[in-house]
Amino acid sequence: MDTFLQNCLNGISIGSIYALIAIGYTMVYGILRLINFAHGDIFMMAGYFMIICMTDLLIPWYISVILVIIATVLLGVFIERIAYKPLRDAPRMSIMISAIGVSYFLQNFATYVFTAQPRSYPYDQMGFLSKKIQLGNLSTTMVTFITPILTVLLVLVLLLLIKKTKMGIAMRAVSRDFETSQLMGIKINAVISFTFAIGSGLAALGSILYFIPRSSVYPLSGSLPGLKCFVAAVFGGIGSIPGALVGGFLIGLCETFVKGSAFSEFSDVVTFIILIVVLLIKPTGLFGEKLEEKV
Amino acid sequence: MSDVMLKIEDLRINYGGIEAVKGISFDVPQGKIVTLIGANGAGKSSTLRSIAGIVKPSGGKIRLNGEDITGKAPNYIVSKGITLVPEGRRIFPDLTVAENLRVGAYLRKDDLTQDMERVYTLFPRLKEREWQAGGTLSGGEQQMLAVARALMSRPKLIMMDEPSLGLAPLVVRGIFDIIKTINAEGTTVLLIEQNANMALKIADWGFVLETGRITKQGTGAELLNDASVKEAYLGT
Repeated sequence: MDTFLQNCLNGISIGSIYALIAIGYTMVYGILRLINFAHGDIFMMAGYFMIICMTDLLIPWYISVILVIIATVLLGVFIERIAYKPLRDAPRMSIMISAIGVSYFLQNFATYVFTAQPRSYPYDQMGFLSKKIQLGNLSTTMVTFITPILTVLLVLVLLLLIKKTKMGIAMRAVSRDFETSQLMGIKINAVISFTFAIGSGLAALGSILYFIPRSSVYPLSGSLPGLKCFVAAVFGGIGSIPGALVGGFLIGLCETFVKGSAFSEFSDVVTFIILIVVLLIKPTGLFGEKLEEKV
Repeated sequence: MSDVMLKIEDLRINYGGIEAVKGISFDVPQGKIVTLIGANGAGKSSTLRSIAGIVKPSGGKIRLNGEDITGKAPNYIVSKGITLVPEGRRIFPDLTVAENLRVGAYLRKDDLTQDMERVYTLFPRLKEREWQAGGTLSGGEQQMLAVARALMSRPKLIMMDEPSLGLAPLVVRGIFDIIKTINAEGTTVLLIEQNANMALKIADWGFVLETGRITKQGTGAELLNDASVKEAYLGT
């Protein structure tokens, strides 16, 4: 029973980190119909930003968190400007290939600057976040415990923003029809930048929550989590934010339970089997939008 | 004739080497209804889209009250008081009717209550459907929404691209009545239509566009009675 609960807690925690990253995939897809393959690497860069802030510059963790989020947002928006914006009118395949290019660029850039040697994450200097806590018979860290709460809160705020604010309405308009949105006076580039800013900000937060219990970062450490979050986004229905949340939770739980079973080596295999099954049976995912082409 | 609001001088538009509009010039006077009629591919839509800033012209000038607005960004042109009701209505299907109207007023920062009321008075049907998604409306209601959405930016000049397209005759008459009302309330209208009969009846001034050139112009009544126009566009 305890093992079951422990697995649930860990699974929900890692799942909500996947959800935060999956939201970035899903929002960018919603607005540009682009799978941003560089998203996992933006997540990895956020890990290095944290190390630079805390280990190299000795900035306290709570300020570092803010700096890391800002730096990651700037990186995400910058990538959109130089690698995706010039391809706005190009066929969708070109921008997809550009995204793959950015992904490799970031991985190699990180290898060049930070070397391929894993660098240790300042996980033990994160104040109350790295504290061990005991819940009944379950032992965990504070960060594992608060991650799901934080994620659900952020998703609610995000949904409210999209539903109620002017920017949110503009985002929904732009995701449907670029040209008519422009006719309304919407600056579509500003809306797209804003979307990348939110996606990258959430990836930065996800990165911090992810690396605290894992303690080291290396240039490829964004690639597998990135792919898993992509699976989560597809599973939940790409384009749907609640879908990304549910997809993230389910992928996280699956992975944790398989890891805790006799087939622990197969945890990633199961994740990708889920992807294949979803694509075969319900390609639009759990909450996916109906497949109607733009008229 | 009253003051010229919009002045088009020798406008040229290219699509990948093919010249869709071959140097046309015309004026839209303040407070009038002006119509461009012509067959498919005559360059009517291209002309409106270049005024709205969606298509960059390859030559010529577009002036609004003397200011050169050629090739400016669409949001700038909207902020100057020109709005386009696009062909095929293009309402946002996932947004509710009220949200569609709010998007129409995207550049405005002041209170929208009054304008909401105004468009709901013009189109009582939209008031009834306020919370419905735009995509669930009928074709005629969607056209009303498209016009209402454009009015939300408080335009000085409203341009309409084939508002009668695909609508039943009775609905078309309703739309044209609304156009007259909007005009009577002080908004200048630039209308393009294949339904030349209806358009010329309400227009103060009309231009006939043929393969990228203006071939004829006159008051609505003159063009309605012109033998060649009758034969080519009125089907009599």
